[in-house]
Amino acid sequence: MSMQEGQQITLADAPVDDLHRMEQLDEEPGSRFHVPAPVRIVWQNRKARVGLVMLAIFALAAIFAPVIAPYDPHDTSFFPSESPSGDHWLGTTQAGEDIWSQLIWGARTSLIIGALAGTFSTLIGLVIGMIAGYAGGIIDDILSFFINLALVVPTLPLMVTISAYSQVSGIAIIIIVISVTGWGWGARVKRSQIISLRERDYITASIFAGDSMVRIVFREIMPNMMSLIVASFIGAAGGAIGAEAGLAFLGLGDPQTVSWGTMLMWANNSGAMLTGQWAYLFAPGLALALLITSLTLVNFGVDAISNPHLREE
Amino acid sequence: MVYFIRKVFFFLLTLWAAVTLNFIIPRVQGGDPAEAIVTKLTGQNQAVNPAQIEAIRTMLGVPDEPIWRQYIDYLDQTLHGNFGISYSYFPYTVLHMISEALPWTLVLVGITQIISFAIGTALGTWAAWRRNGRFDSFVSTFAAFFGTLPYFWIALLLLYLFAFKWSWFPNSGGYDGDHPPGWNLDFIRSAAYHSILPAVSILVTGPIGWIMQMRNTMIQTLGEDYTRLARAKGLSERRIAFTYGARNAILPNVTGFALSLGGLIGGSILVEQIFNYPGMGRLMFEAIGNRDYPLIQTIFLFLTIGVLTANFIADLLYGVLDPRVRRGGES
Repeated sequence: MSMQEGQQITLADAPVDDLHRMEQLDEEPGSRFHVPAPVRIVWQNRKARVGLVMLAIFALAAIFAPVIAPYDPHDTSFFPSESPSGDHWLGTTQAGEDIWSQLIWGARTSLIIGALAGTFSTLIGLVIGMIAGYAGGIIDDILSFFINLALVVPTLPLMVTISAYSQVSGIAIIIIVISVTGWGWGARVKRSQIISLRERDYITASIFAGDSMVRIVFREIMPNMMSLIVASFIGAAGGAIGAEAGLAFLGLGDPQTVSWGTMLMWANNSGAMLTGQWAYLFAPGLALALLITSLTLVNFGVDAISNPHLREE
Repeated sequence: MVYFIRKVFFFLLTLWAAVTLNFIIPRVQGGDPAEAIVTKLTGQNQAVNPAQIEAIRTMLGVPDEPIWRQYIDYLDQTLHGNFGISYSYFPYTVLHMISEALPWTLVLVGITQIISFAIGTALGTWAAWRRNGRFDSFVSTFAAFFGTLPYFWIALLLLYLFAFKWSWFPNSGGYDGDHPPGWNLDFIRSAAYHSILPAVSILVTGPIGWIMQMRNTMIQTLGEDYTRLARAKGLSERRIAFTYGARNAILPNVTGFALSLGGLIGGSILVEQIFNYPGMGRLMFEAIGNRDYPLIQTIFLFLTIGVLTANFIADLLYGVLDPRVRRGGES
């Protein structure tokens, strides 16, 4: 976690105009198909390429889960607590469900949580960070206070407290809880980026042209920090996936949804340690780590969009 | 001086905000929160006894009063340390339960954080100094994977391998039942023995963030003019690496040290639960299971105040260490 945060800080410290770089790069000849420059830069980065391939595998597993998974993840008709075998690659749960099928369906839950909670927390961070950075003065002071507050309040205990009070349990409430607690870093990074961008000449020109603040912030400045926004979305998605796993592991998830966190909770509570079902303990966590790794790797490429020093030829 | 006054002001303001947040959370759901909780408990077929309702009332104040009155009562109770009675550990007070659990978490989180920081900073210095060397390439390549391993999953694997499979370490608890807590060698030895696996679960990935942060900052400081000057003066390599490169690069880590505590506490909640370690994390987990709301909320408040205080100290320290921050405005 803190590693990603570190990268975001460096990004913010080295602000550059994405659009202007993109335009120059787009004119490079020699490619038969028109590949947008950002995509090309990300793909050219070796780490990001590995990450994209991994992410694509997870995405395919999530989309085609009903086709790929050999059994229904809720089918309890098998012999319980079995070790891996030809019929059940990763064995069966204490309730007699197929672990491999659950693992595949779990990708769907994680990706949905990552995409939605990542989007929402990025949006909250974007709006608050941009207004704070652009408006300055007392508005900035007040919003910065909330940003700092969101950064220092320990997230998991806060999520646990809110979840414990919520009357309903389900995937929607988890997404909301993660979104409202996890926007601090995004807001902080965007605020410092906008502070350095707002002094540019084209912004001064917009102000003289009489453009409104909303227009300047969202039409003039925002397109120039797209790579930063994408990077913070990917970071937030990874954080959300990890947070969901933690909440589900604590038993605060939706019991009806198959998720890697819930699987680990059952593996821990059902005596997989005693029965020696190492695959039950090992597989969901590895899947979780690989998915978050793939996002971190993709971000190496996204960082390279705004920072040419990080590019690989 | 302005810097320090600002920081004290910010600290007090965040403290107040955290206490207020704690007041707001149960009331966001609307309606009478005490009643809602009682309904929820009965809905789960749990017997609601008068003591529980009394505990809920103590925690939430008298709901017939206007909200500002409740808020003032709440602030008053909080300032006087009245957090009510835990209804899953009746008749113990919430404060009593927390005072028993807090030292365990303080020691576990404190020690692992300091060790992670020390190892990470040292290895980060090494990686930056021998940039593109063998260790640097190894760390840079694998940090993206090992840094994302969830603490609680590592904890599960360690528990399975070292406690269940090979029985090298105890599989549960914070100390041996034969040695009750106290300041004697037997207890300390048994507590240390029990805390090895929980601590290692955190230490496997803990230093990685620090390594990367230190490495990246130090690569920058090694490129600065003052480092070049140091080289031109013919200072020893050692001196350049530690006094010029590392010493300047360590500054951002001081702020990071306190900020990352929040994440570490989250991780330790899960780890403690796995090892049945008698700290705040396990207490919180049990409080969730029992729907012990006074306990859940007070734990949240204590953890938040802990992180806030750590950040406050880090801010002050940063001001002492870096004269630039103290003099100029910070952004």
